[in-house]
Amino acid sequence: MVRWLARRLVLSLITLWLLASIVFIIANVLPNDVGRTILGPFAPQESVDALNERLGTNDPLPEQYIRAMRNLVTFDFGNSFQNRTPVLPTILAAIGRSGILALYALLLTIPVAIIAGLYAGRHRDRPSDRGIVLAGVTMSSIPEFVVGTVLVVVVGVQLGLLPVLATPPPKAGPLEVLRYLTMPALAMAIVYFGYIARMTRAGTIEVLESDYIRTATMKGLTTQQTMRRHVLRNALVPTVAVIGVQIGYLFGGIIGVEKIFNYNGMGQLMLLAAQRKDIPMLTAGVIVIGIVYMLATLIADLIIAWMNPRARLDTAS
Amino acid sequence: MSALPNVETQPAAPVSATDAALKVEDLNLAYMVRGIPRPVLRGVSFEVKPGESYGLVGESGCGKSTTAYAAVRYLPRNARITGGRILVAGEDITKKSGDDLRKFRTNHASMVYQDPGAALNPSTKIGPQVVEAFTVLGQHGDQAMDSALAALKRVQIADPERVMGRYPHQLSGGMQQRVVIAMALASDPQLLVLDEPTTGLDATVEASVLDLVRALIAETSSAVLLIAHNLGVIRTMCDRVGVMYAGKIVEEGRASRVFERPQHPYTVGLLRALPRHGVTKSERPLATIPGTLPQIGTPLPTCVFVDRCPLATDLCRETEPPIVDVGNGQWTRCHHWDRIDQIKEPAPGIAQEPIPHDDLALRLEGVSKTFRAGGHDVPALVGVDLQLFDGETLGLVGESGSGKSTLAKTILGIEGPDPGGHIKLEGHDLSAMAAQRPSGDKRQIQMVFQNPDSALNRGKSVRSILGRSVSKLTGLSGKAVDDRVDKLADSLRLTQRHLDLKPRQLSGGLKQRVAIARAFAGDPRIVVADEPTSALDVSVQAAILNVLSELQAESKTSYLLISHDLGVVRYLADRIAVMYLGRVQEVGDSETIFRGPNHPYTEALLSAVPNIDGEERTRIRLDGEVPSPANPPSGCVFHTRCPRVIQGLCEVTEPPLAEVEPGHLMKCHIPLEELRRLQAQRKELVVEEQSVAPLDEV
Amino acid sequence: MDAAATVTPGPAAGAPSGAVRSERSQARRETLTVLFRKPGFLVGLIILGVWAFCAIGGTNITPYDPFNDFARRHLPPSPEHLFGTDRLGRDVLSRVMVGARDVLLVAPIAALLGVVAGTLVGLTMGYYRGIVDDAISRVVEAFLSLPVILVALLTLVVLGSSTQVVILVVGILFTPIVARTVRSAVIAERQLDYVTAAKLRGESGSYIITREIFPNVLGPIVVELTVRFGYAIFTIATLSFLGVGIQPPSADWGLTVSDEYTNMISGKWWPTFFPAMAIATCVIAVNLIADALSSVTDE
Repeated sequence: MVRWLARRLVLSLITLWLLASIVFIIANVLPNDVGRTILGPFAPQESVDALNERLGTNDPLPEQYIRAMRNLVTFDFGNSFQNRTPVLPTILAAIGRSGILALYALLLTIPVAIIAGLYAGRHRDRPSDRGIVLAGVTMSSIPEFVVGTVLVVVVGVQLGLLPVLATPPPKAGPLEVLRYLTMPALAMAIVYFGYIARMTRAGTIEVLESDYIRTATMKGLTTQQTMRRHVLRNALVPTVAVIGVQIGYLFGGIIGVEKIFNYNGMGQLMLLAAQRKDIPMLTAGVIVIGIVYMLATLIADLIIAWMNPRARLDTAS
Repeated sequence: MSALPNVETQPAAPVSATDAALKVEDLNLAYMVRGIPRPVLRGVSFEVKPGESYGLVGESGCGKSTTAYAAVRYLPRNARITGGRILVAGEDITKKSGDDLRKFRTNHASMVYQDPGAALNPSTKIGPQVVEAFTVLGQHGDQAMDSALAALKRVQIADPERVMGRYPHQLSGGMQQRVVIAMALASDPQLLVLDEPTTGLDATVEASVLDLVRALIAETSSAVLLIAHNLGVIRTMCDRVGVMYAGKIVEEGRASRVFERPQHPYTVGLLRALPRHGVTKSERPLATIPGTLPQIGTPLPTCVFVDRCPLATDLCRETEPPIVDVGNGQWTRCHHWDRIDQIKEPAPGIAQEPIPHDDLALRLEGVSKTFRAGGHDVPALVGVDLQLFDGETLGLVGESGSGKSTLAKTILGIEGPDPGGHIKLEGHDLSAMAAQRPSGDKRQIQMVFQNPDSALNRGKSVRSILGRSVSKLTGLSGKAVDDRVDKLADSLRLTQRHLDLKPRQLSGGLKQRVAIARAFAGDPRIVVADEPTSALDVSVQAAILNVLSELQAESKTSYLLISHDLGVVRYLADRIAVMYLGRVQEVGDSETIFRGPNHPYTEALLSAVPNIDGEERTRIRLDGEVPSPANPPSGCVFHTRCPRVIQGLCEVTEPPLAEVEPGHLMKCHIPLEELRRLQAQRKELVVEEQSVAPLDEV
Repeated sequence: MDAAATVTPGPAAGAPSGAVRSERSQARRETLTVLFRKPGFLVGLIILGVWAFCAIGGTNITPYDPFNDFARRHLPPSPEHLFGTDRLGRDVLSRVMVGARDVLLVAPIAALLGVVAGTLVGLTMGYYRGIVDDAISRVVEAFLSLPVILVALLTLVVLGSSTQVVILVVGILFTPIVARTVRSAVIAERQLDYVTAAKLRGESGSYIITREIFPNVLGPIVVELTVRFGYAIFTIATLSFLGVGIQPPSADWGLTVSDEYTNMISGKWWPTFFPAMAIATCVIAVNLIADALSSVTDE
């Protein structure tokens, strides 16, 4: 088990390095005048050149690359172009806030999606199954901001059930905060329901068709017992995998939701950075979210290895 | 399909319903495919008494598996019982559902399955799974645990506690099946159904599992329903047997009688299609049954077999054949059973002058192959010396880990041998990998694969598959290619229509013919056939073996035949090589190998194979499992399981592969004469036993 | 599928190749019949057809000029303006209809780019395995770890937002996903014996990939193309909504939502709602088609 974990970590580090390199290429290699971008099209050329010199954008690429890698290892993501303060603390704070929203969304969608998927898998090809699949396909086809829009229009404006903007008043208690966050979380939950439900359904179907379920049935177990003892553990493996992946993508889709609902999280931060062409902020954001994705999939793999002993023991024996 | 009212078309029940543990009465079953019912079982009736074992045999699509699953009411969702009843211990289980059905399964019926590894939950340890078989019976806690341990001991698992702590994938196939059997016997069921329980297991492992099952059955009073396509297994395990064809039982009786004196044209054809009683290719071709097996669900005439029957008359098409009691508890469903002896045996082949096997086609010297897996060296082949002569068939026999597949791959150039070994084709060294060999060499060695579905590109037509092989291997183009394709099709008995089809439109036998035609596209000198008939039904197998034999006689091609089926090997092979753990243990003429004396491993292997000819043998039980090739035993690799091991010698020194008599090589310390004496002793023992056992009369 | 697969050249090949070709088109006809019976496929096709019609027709079929015709601002939906007017007084229906053009032009190109590149990479990885596969897999995984929207944001900031850059970015970011799918399909095929048989004949790697394996993985690739098309619409709409995608004065739907969404609170829901629904229906339609295709190619 330890060996597997070690190997996995090494692979992750390689991926991280590649990821950072890709970001470096985008930010530094592509034709782009950083100085000009910051100062705008009307600034005098000397100021632009001076800025470029100071930022080190004219240094040879290998030098820039090594510098960037060193910074990565020391978690120095540089200073924002905008306000000259270190980028990392701002990002971490923003991720925290977005994380709350994301967590809320996951809490809303995961239990419902898993139950729906298990049900659909067990009642395969019946109307209920087809309905769930159709709902899943439909809902996951719609971009988060579109769902957000519809929710605002229908639930927020016409029905007036929930606050439209996710900006709870400063002294609000936890329940009040939740009320404000419900619509944005719901917007995301609706979109991600589809993927998770369909994965669970597929996993359930595969398990139900397997021979060991036949053995369990032939032993005389009730359906309940079979589901609990034999199906769940095996059927949920692909679900865990897809949740791990979705956690990474969540932070991409959250941008749209945060814009619509005016929520001050990672998404808003990145949007602002994009508008102000604050490249260090953006690159740091990409890398940090990339790390979040890798951590999420690593944990997912760990959980799967715990659920599926064959993967675990393969390395031990 | 209406029967005349006074003709008996159902077997008379010899005993009252309560006596039989399993009684199937006129069972009709259909699968719903896209709303249309496709009949699978058309009026199946038989019964099994407590303590009796009944076998169902037949080829693909005959419905034997469906019958077995119907007997425990485990059917797919689209199955419909359209008529008849199934009585287990007097109760009609076709009427049961829900909790009733569950209780039936818990207490009265159990099943053993074909793929034991898949039948166990991969993410749970063995212990909880076995204990579960007892908790459903109402036992709890310690009691259930004790029962579980006892059950594992009963199936001869030496260290039950340790096994309980393992996961299924950590056990060998034989062990897994023992666990499944233990779980099945937990409830002491009235009905035990075994569905191909040993298919996929090695011969020696299969033998010990079958022995176990036989011993356990003798202890209990369960009625046993055994499904197998291997007639040898049925013969050795079952009291009575039913022969199924197209969803009907066409003949039934005591196993020994049915297999020695079949009374239905289908059974006759089936048995004659098998290589039995030591017949070889030079004596006569195998009998084939013309036509093909009917697809599931096609409507059939009154006698299901009439389209392929050599005795068919108009009567057979008009009236459903009656059940005819031919005595001694045997009945057959035929109008013309009295003419059964008129079915001609296939004529002996054109008197073949023995093909002179003088020239050496292929020579292997010191060929080894070591794989690296997970940091260890796994020697799959060790120092193999072998010769293959022109026009002969060399049969390669061995169980898992023997290295026979690796040897084939090395010869073909799919894997490269370790440095130091030589493979010589027509005198010159072959490059290790196929890609590096000159096209002349590539053309000379070709392969026929086991699985015809995988071997042919499903997106291409037959003509394009053959055409490409011809043009690539021979360098011909244009009309010459077409002509050659036509010629190949001809010799494999493929019609022009077949050439235009895609593989998925062909039956298994036809696909295999295409694969063989492709191998012969460049007129090769050597064809490696890796289990060429294992995926095919018996009657189809016979046709393929015949065609292989004909092609060889025509073109003097050498075959390297890999097969686990000793009957097939005996039929087709001129010489046989036996491998164990990557080393050749014995090589000799086919006749010499089967006559003896043999290497102790060969001896055990030969005695392990369940024989349809029913020669009772004292089985040589090999203890334990085949060692992993990664950890071969010291000295002679067979010493850990050899019943004739010499302590102090065999585990220290590996014997050389020596010529113990002309043309017969063996890797054993025991001198030939000593082996002859010891093995003759065992055979005498066998002969004595045979004369003591009563003849099978009712 | 692959016309050149008929190997019999020469004048005598007339009859046989004719038989093969007609048999192939018959198979294709059968597939189409099954497809058209699926309700999902039909619905998707109709919806997409409507939008395609709008895209092709452009300003010629809109009731008003979507760019220059200004009426009263923020008129609610009425018989004259079925979808109402936006904040500048432009007819929303016309803008929605014309917006289809941007989406249906840009998204397929991006999807195609991703699929073509991904197929090439996937074929190579899947067939050659070994070091090549391992190395490229690391890069693929690195790309997959990147959040698509954020990377697109970054790239569009660096290179400036233009339609070409959007297509390029989305296409490149889709490549690893497609490569992975194609790789799995190729690996499954590679294990089959007909590939070994081809090697034993001495066929070159490129022959085996293109002539033996590729025709059999074409099904999954087509499905993937459709799925990527849906994702492309999804992603490009989101990028436009965020302001870094297609630029004004385009009537692109995402852009429109971005312009108007703040007005929802004051009750002017229609300029936002209808473009949003347009995006939704388009992606749903494509996904329905993709689902139908995938069930048909599951042999």
